[in-house]
Amino acid sequence: MESLNSLLDGTLVSTGLFYLFATFTLVCAALVVANPFSRNPVTSAMFLVLAIISMAGLFLLLHAFFLAAVQILVYAGAVIVLFLFVIMLLEIKEELRRRINLFGFFAGILSVGLIVRLFIDCLHQSPATSAANPSIEGDTAPLGKLLFTQFVLPFEVVSVLLLVAMVGVIFLSSRDSKPRISAPSSGTEPGVGKESTAVPQSTAPTTASTQTKH
Amino acid sequence: MNVGLEQFLTVSFLLFALGLLGVIMRRNLLVIYMSLELMLNAANLALVSFSRFNNKLDGQVVVFFIITVAAAEVAVGLALIVALFRKRPTAHVEDLATLKL
Repeated sequence: MESLNSLLDGTLVSTGLFYLFATFTLVCAALVVANPFSRNPVTSAMFLVLAIISMAGLFLLLHAFFLAAVQILVYAGAVIVLFLFVIMLLEIKEELRRRINLFGFFAGILSVGLIVRLFIDCLHQSPATSAANPSIEGDTAPLGKLLFTQFVLPFEVVSVLLLVAMVGVIFLSSRDSKPRISAPSSGTEPGVGKESTAVPQSTAPTTASTQTKH
Repeated sequence: MNVGLEQFLTVSFLLFALGLLGVIMRRNLLVIYMSLELMLNAANLALVSFSRFNNKLDGQVVVFFIITVAAAEVAVGLALIVALFRKRPTAHVEDLATLKL
């Protein structure tokens, strides 16, 4: 850690590393959005991995060591794998070239240009408030201390959110397959919850018919 | 020629603009989702650099929460895409322009 800090504090080295990582991040992000060689979503996902890893390098330059590790673990490790799973699962073919929507194209360029212009104006007009020599260290210990003292309520809420997301994903991905499983085997065990919904449907016509008989 | 807050913010803004461009221009649902991730990452970078140059650790805690929420959001969103794909086998947003399936 000491050697890493001394390396990061060397001005020339850190400046060079900043421009290296920044350029790499932006180039990879541009290739995610518009790749001239391939329109396959897998290529986009791979360039997203590269952009995220070089962004973890930027986090290291900002002395946010814990977040750099989390960035690589969560984004490059979990999120991208999820993306790749879904791409492979859906068997998405290479995207066909369609006629480009000219109105949408120019509207997109215009809106993005205006937003960039807004950002640049903000940056120029804001007073330079950055500390002369920033000394903060984003190690695990101070971050964890803050997380379990001042931010303990949001932390618990986030854990509930993860649970909700998990339940929601299971529900979303299993709902469609239930009728397909139970349709061929109508009399057998699987799908207790389904049977409880099916029973009133089957009994309702019979009771209706008996009522009409009487 | 020291790297300061402005340089990091410029990178963050450019990254956000690239993500926005992807969301607006691309027609593939999954690539749109990846561009959304890029925009979230741009916000993360801005927050971390603000945290660094203001000598406060709060920004990094917020980034931690953003990463968690983004992971949950990706899981739910991809499950929705898979559920949608079962009903309509396309990942092209112009084929999904109606409210009714």
